[in-house]
Amino acid sequence: MKINNLNWKIGGEAGYGIASAGEIFGYACAHGGLESFAYLEYPSLIRGGHNTYQVWVRQDNVQSHSSQIDLLIALNLETADRHLAEVIPGGGLIFDLDYKDLRTYSCQRGDISVFPVPLETLAKQAGGEKVMRNTVAVAASLALVQFPFDYLSELIARAFKKKGETIIKLNVAAARAGYDYVAEKFQDKFNYKLEVHPQDSRRLLVNGNEAIAIGAIKAGVKFCAAYPMTPASSIFNYLANSERKYNLVVKQTEDEIAAMNMVAAAGFAGVRAMTATSGGGFSLMVEALGLAGMVESPAVIVLAQRPGPATGLPTWTEQGDLRFVLHAAQGDFPRVILAPGDPAECFELAFQAFNLAEKYQLPVIILTDKYLAEARQTLPFFKTDNLKIDRGEWADVTGRQPNERFERYADTKTGVSPRVIPGTPGGVFVANSDEHEPSGLSNEESAMRKLMMDKRMRKLQFARADVPEPVKLYGPKEADVTIVGWGSMKGPILEAMKMLESKSLPAGEAGKSLSVNFLQIRLLEPFPIKEVDAALRQAKHRLLIENNYSGQLGGLIRERTGIDITDKLLKYDGRPIHPEEIVSAINTGSV
Amino acid sequence: MSTVKDFETKQFPTWCPGCGDFGIWTAIKNAFVAQGLEPHQIAAVFGIGCSGNMASFLNVYGWHALHGRTIPAAAAIKLTNHKLQVLAVGGDGDGYSIGLGHALHAMRRNVDLAYIVHDNQIYGLTKGQASPTSEKGMVTKSTPFGLVEIPADPIAMAILAGATYVARGFSGNVKQLTELIVGAMKHKGFALVDVMQPCVTFNHHNTFHWFYDRVYELDKEGHDSKDKQAAMLRAMEWPSQQLIDEARVDRIPTGLFYQEERSTYEDELPQIKDQALVEQSLEDIDITSLMEALS
Repeated sequence: MKINNLNWKIGGEAGYGIASAGEIFGYACAHGGLESFAYLEYPSLIRGGHNTYQVWVRQDNVQSHSSQIDLLIALNLETADRHLAEVIPGGGLIFDLDYKDLRTYSCQRGDISVFPVPLETLAKQAGGEKVMRNTVAVAASLALVQFPFDYLSELIARAFKKKGETIIKLNVAAARAGYDYVAEKFQDKFNYKLEVHPQDSRRLLVNGNEAIAIGAIKAGVKFCAAYPMTPASSIFNYLANSERKYNLVVKQTEDEIAAMNMVAAAGFAGVRAMTATSGGGFSLMVEALGLAGMVESPAVIVLAQRPGPATGLPTWTEQGDLRFVLHAAQGDFPRVILAPGDPAECFELAFQAFNLAEKYQLPVIILTDKYLAEARQTLPFFKTDNLKIDRGEWADVTGRQPNERFERYADTKTGVSPRVIPGTPGGVFVANSDEHEPSGLSNEESAMRKLMMDKRMRKLQFARADVPEPVKLYGPKEADVTIVGWGSMKGPILEAMKMLESKSLPAGEAGKSLSVNFLQIRLLEPFPIKEVDAALRQAKHRLLIENNYSGQLGGLIRERTGIDITDKLLKYDGRPIHPEEIVSAINTGSV
Repeated sequence: MSTVKDFETKQFPTWCPGCGDFGIWTAIKNAFVAQGLEPHQIAAVFGIGCSGNMASFLNVYGWHALHGRTIPAAAAIKLTNHKLQVLAVGGDGDGYSIGLGHALHAMRRNVDLAYIVHDNQIYGLTKGQASPTSEKGMVTKSTPFGLVEIPADPIAMAILAGATYVARGFSGNVKQLTELIVGAMKHKGFALVDVMQPCVTFNHHNTFHWFYDRVYELDKEGHDSKDKQAAMLRAMEWPSQQLIDEARVDRIPTGLFYQEERSTYEDELPQIKDQALVEQSLEDIDITSLMEALS
């Protein structure tokens, strides 16, 4: 009997409620005190097309998805056809016996348990409707692993709160029918069990986008301008929903050009402002990104990457925009680029991004991707008592004549010039996209140009020292293999390390006793040269892991440290790297 | 009380002698003084072009934007701190070519700002290419065989797009222009003042004399600026009518075409009713309920 380690996956056509089924399952497990990682795949359309939602449930912290499924739930034939091979020997398949293309389905795998369940009939017998078969399926799977029903009914009540009591009752009844059917018919037929594991404190099941939005609200974001683009839209949807409770203004603009110009100007006007987009939208923001750099406006930009170029794969994942954000916009100007690796770091770095943006008066980019943006992970509630708002230096202009011009861009030791809020008497200046002198007036003299360039760029060295944990090392200090990666690869890498360490290797993998550690780079610009060099120079064997074609971080490391990492695990098919692929790369001696 | 001098910087405008921009600069300063405003009470956003260079000649809080992007910046400043008087100043290329999309959307949103367009029907700072308001057939550096397309009609466009104050000024009539700018600033909502402003260096067709021969003032002919249909008919007198009937080109209306009262974008936001965004505290924001919803 396998207890409290289940990789669950449900699949069906878009419009079947796959995502809501997955969320209900994930939260039900979380309420039972278990930890999960929930990951969804869907095509770029609203109805039709193939959707899946998978949840890896364990008693300990789960940090990524897995490519090896224990229990597959097929709401249509396509799901069975596409994903049956992912089910490990000893695993199970639940399929909808009522569904048109599954009625005569016969599973060709003799090494797994098969559980045909008449989902639609059960829903209807309970007084419900066909659309509730996703709920019935979740209930059936929970019954199969003997998880108490109460957690599910509680979650159904929450999920359908807006739809009213009747819908809740019908869904609970349908779920009960599915639960009882499976409990009775397939009792002890499945070799997995999920046991309730009581917890002292409440936990979140949160994705990267939500964590960023909450971090931004905690940081006091007051203005957000954005244009919808997958996979970033849910950040500004979330903020829009919080507009009145937290007194913020969220503006959907006519395009991303307007959005970024608005964010830069709102920063000038004195509030914390942000936008969120993906690569295509960021392409349109580029000129205004440089403007924020030039006029020293604080701005926070979230770039949730998806595979490009052009429209690319709108609903899939990639880490292909690192080089782009490093160099976006003409000319040299200071910028900070942060790469959180999981939802906890999304919250932490989103909060810090606003402090950095205002302290150093520059654009701060938070680089995530679809995998991190939308996958959910169980976490403790975010700690907030250690978070301090730091709005940087403000000038005291009291006593000056109301019309007196203020040297907003005064040269200083740190390059940071104290600001004033427009509207303040005696602080008049112009934020000038042309090169300018300290009061902001246009100035093209060579000495002034050099002075201003030096002043702006000087800020970077101080910002670099101010980013908490620019790199993190996981695992032993010295190891046979040192993995280097950034962003969302953190989860799969850490899960792979757990597999290697516990020798609970994926099917077909023989153990090789290599010790592994992992260097995560969280600050990409200004690059933490010393820290990266120190960690990699002495490493016995280096392995670069990135979700892109060209190994963009590897190139950056070579550029900044001279260290050339020749062993690479790169994946660019729109899917995240699976932890099993990392284990395999280390084990098969490709390293 | 402020004076015109309070709104000048140490830099004297670099425009060509006789440039129509001087008349607009004067009218803007006069309009500030007429309203008893101080420099710090105003935020002005400037475009890129000869007009935008005013960023260094006007002593107010300024934002010298990217080319075509005055309106998003001005709107953001207004939404952030609606207690500021916000002005956007740009040219015909800036506002009606590269930035047209922003202008049209800002009009339907009715953000409370005054947008003053220096319309010289030519690109001056890049030395003489066709602009979106250049006349069909005009020979410019980029159209040596004559401009193929017809000109944009900013006044008619603005009325249809939902601007709530639409006026045309002429930099050769600073008195009228000052009144139009005061009206635009006092108006609650999006106000467009399209200002005909001869370029003495690159547009040898639409000169001061060409305009003096054709302009007339709407209010002297009994135009009712509350009447949207009448406003559209007047708007179509030029440049649209010119395309139909060359003989009608002798009549160019100036003054206030259209004005309506409609709630502004900011009026619809309860979250800034008591305090402007910029005045709100960032301390001790409680996110517990957000986390509870995800637990």
